[in-house]
Amino acid sequence: MDIIVPGHGSGGKMMNDLINNTIKSILGSDTIQLDDSAILTVPVHSIAFTTDSYTITPIEFSGGTIGSLAVNGTVNDLAVMGAVPRFISCALILEEGLPIETLQRILISMKEAALKAGVAIVTGDTKIVPRGKGDRIYINTAGIGTVESSVQRRPIVPGDSIIVNGTIGDHGTAIMALRNNLSFSKGLSSDCAALNHLIQDIIKHFPDAIKFMRDATRGGVASILNEITKGASFGAKLYEEALPIRDEVKGVSEILGIDPLYSANEGKVVIVADSIYANDIIAIMKKHPEGKDAAVIGTITSEFPEKAYMQTTIGGNRILPVLIEEQLPRIC
Amino acid sequence: MDIKKEAVLLSQYTLQTPVAIMEVCGTHTTEFFRTGVKDIFPQGLRLIDGPGCPVCVTSNDYLDTAIAIGWQYDCIIATFGDMMKVPSSYSSLSKEKSKGLTVEVVYSPMDAVQLAADNPDKKIVFLSIGFETTAPAEAVCVLEAKKRNIKNFFILPGNKLTVPAVKVLLDSGEVNIDGFILPGHVSAIIGKKAWNFIATDYGKPAVVVGFEDHDLIRGTLLLLNLITHANPNVVNEYTRVVRDDGNPKALEILYSVFKKGDAIWRGIGTIPESGLLLNDDHAYFDALQQFTPEVPPPKEHPGCRCGELLRGVIIPTDCPLFGKACNPEHAIGPCMVSSEGPCSAYYKYGRK
Repeated sequence: MDIIVPGHGSGGKMMNDLINNTIKSILGSDTIQLDDSAILTVPVHSIAFTTDSYTITPIEFSGGTIGSLAVNGTVNDLAVMGAVPRFISCALILEEGLPIETLQRILISMKEAALKAGVAIVTGDTKIVPRGKGDRIYINTAGIGTVESSVQRRPIVPGDSIIVNGTIGDHGTAIMALRNNLSFSKGLSSDCAALNHLIQDIIKHFPDAIKFMRDATRGGVASILNEITKGASFGAKLYEEALPIRDEVKGVSEILGIDPLYSANEGKVVIVADSIYANDIIAIMKKHPEGKDAAVIGTITSEFPEKAYMQTTIGGNRILPVLIEEQLPRIC
Repeated sequence: MDIKKEAVLLSQYTLQTPVAIMEVCGTHTTEFFRTGVKDIFPQGLRLIDGPGCPVCVTSNDYLDTAIAIGWQYDCIIATFGDMMKVPSSYSSLSKEKSKGLTVEVVYSPMDAVQLAADNPDKKIVFLSIGFETTAPAEAVCVLEAKKRNIKNFFILPGNKLTVPAVKVLLDSGEVNIDGFILPGHVSAIIGKKAWNFIATDYGKPAVVVGFEDHDLIRGTLLLLNLITHANPNVVNEYTRVVRDDGNPKALEILYSVFKKGDAIWRGIGTIPESGLLLNDDHAYFDALQQFTPEVPPPKEHPGCRCGELLRGVIIPTDCPLFGKACNPEHAIGPCMVSSEGPCSAYYKYGRK
């Protein structure tokens, strides 16, 4: 079996072969510029520019790989600002011993994700670290998006609706179950997906409706609500009955004592919008596969300023506190 | 009846005098908050937290011993995640792990047995804590290790029994409790009738309750009715899981491995016959039989009132350290870090 060896980082023939025959040929011979920089032409004055590094165990999981995660994560960071994602870089840090076959599968999933999102991978870098000095593969992606409408940030006021494009907690729960070989975790899958088409579609129809949006990755939906209410004159209230959460996610979360509202998502955007547009936004979301379970999950209130909280099924309220550190499973 | 209608009944319940009820189980502590049921309590109803969080009632000495065994005998400490950040006298498992002690978080005690099977050249010490609910699973693990002839799996016995602790609270007369919300999962093992003494010997009502919102509402309503009608009775709300006699099979397995013995409870002290120790047939698996670590003298943290809290004498917000010197990032007592700890629940959900 072919594996990554130190020679792949030597700067010589082995490295060139890896880059040309494996990386470039998979990620895009037509888009990747092998010179010191990629030269790009954009038709606008403003661009959005972002970067993110990806480390995850396991590197392949139900619903995606570290590669699709790296593309979709960066695409989503651009999209939630209202930008149209255009170009992506791909820097790989590979650990000695990584099977080339695994690398190929990850690169293919990157390419597929890029095609789906409509972004071009234009430049990159490859480094090799000795065995034991890395966790098989790390990926950094930077992305450039063109700002073709106004930036989607407007003052939030009580009465605004809180919307999510689908089921909550899928990615974090699936990864936690895999990491711990939970035998009772069948049916869990990451929601890893690019959201730019869905978001662009909303902006196209309702250019002024969105007050705020963010992809709900680490820390989950509850952490985003804590971010927007911090120091604010309003609170964010969720309705437990309205939350779209898969039964499998609920089950595993209950057993582990984990709250899906704090679990990571990789294909979910939380939108705060003027309530008069809420139903129309949901209707647009539902036309996209990433939005088929979209729902209004809450409302901005003046009742408990600075707090994220939830009205439970039975009508009581409970606080959704700021997460201190990672959630640990409980005893019984 | 519709759950929402019952919720209205509870929120509008008229109490002639203030009523104090105790939830014995740590999961109930959290669920009363999480489901919002505590938020709709009628005026005059007070919920007092009992000694039902297994991590919280574990004494400092237990963790000190675990850490000492880990270092001095080069063992892998296997534990439920809840224990990681609990302060010991001088440190915590999490801090010791950062210093290089091998600590593995497991989701089921059977994972610890497998860890031993997979690492035959390493000694695995599983921190066996929990109440009657988890003890049968821990007994099964010891039996499994015996069957598979796994010689490098040991447990540090720390399991406790809930009934003796409730008796101690009732005997002490330190707290005036009008009635009890009894633990559903524990009762599934020991049976509803194990609690009948609360009514017959102490003249107090109690209800065995499940963990869903409707269980909590219905259970609290049942208990309030018993209290207001001065009807000392033990009632089972959680009939879909709890039987009168409990689970005789689980109890049989439990007592084929363990025997009752004295146990030290944080804040309460030694309670006779309230702990589970390995019986003579399974003494080989007892880490305390295998190892004789030097353990530094246990030390309580100055100002920490977890002890009084676990006796029901105070609620978390009565402790001057609560939310100030003691918070989830820098916990002084275990009640702030365990997911079932009352302080953790109050800190997370109780502040408005």
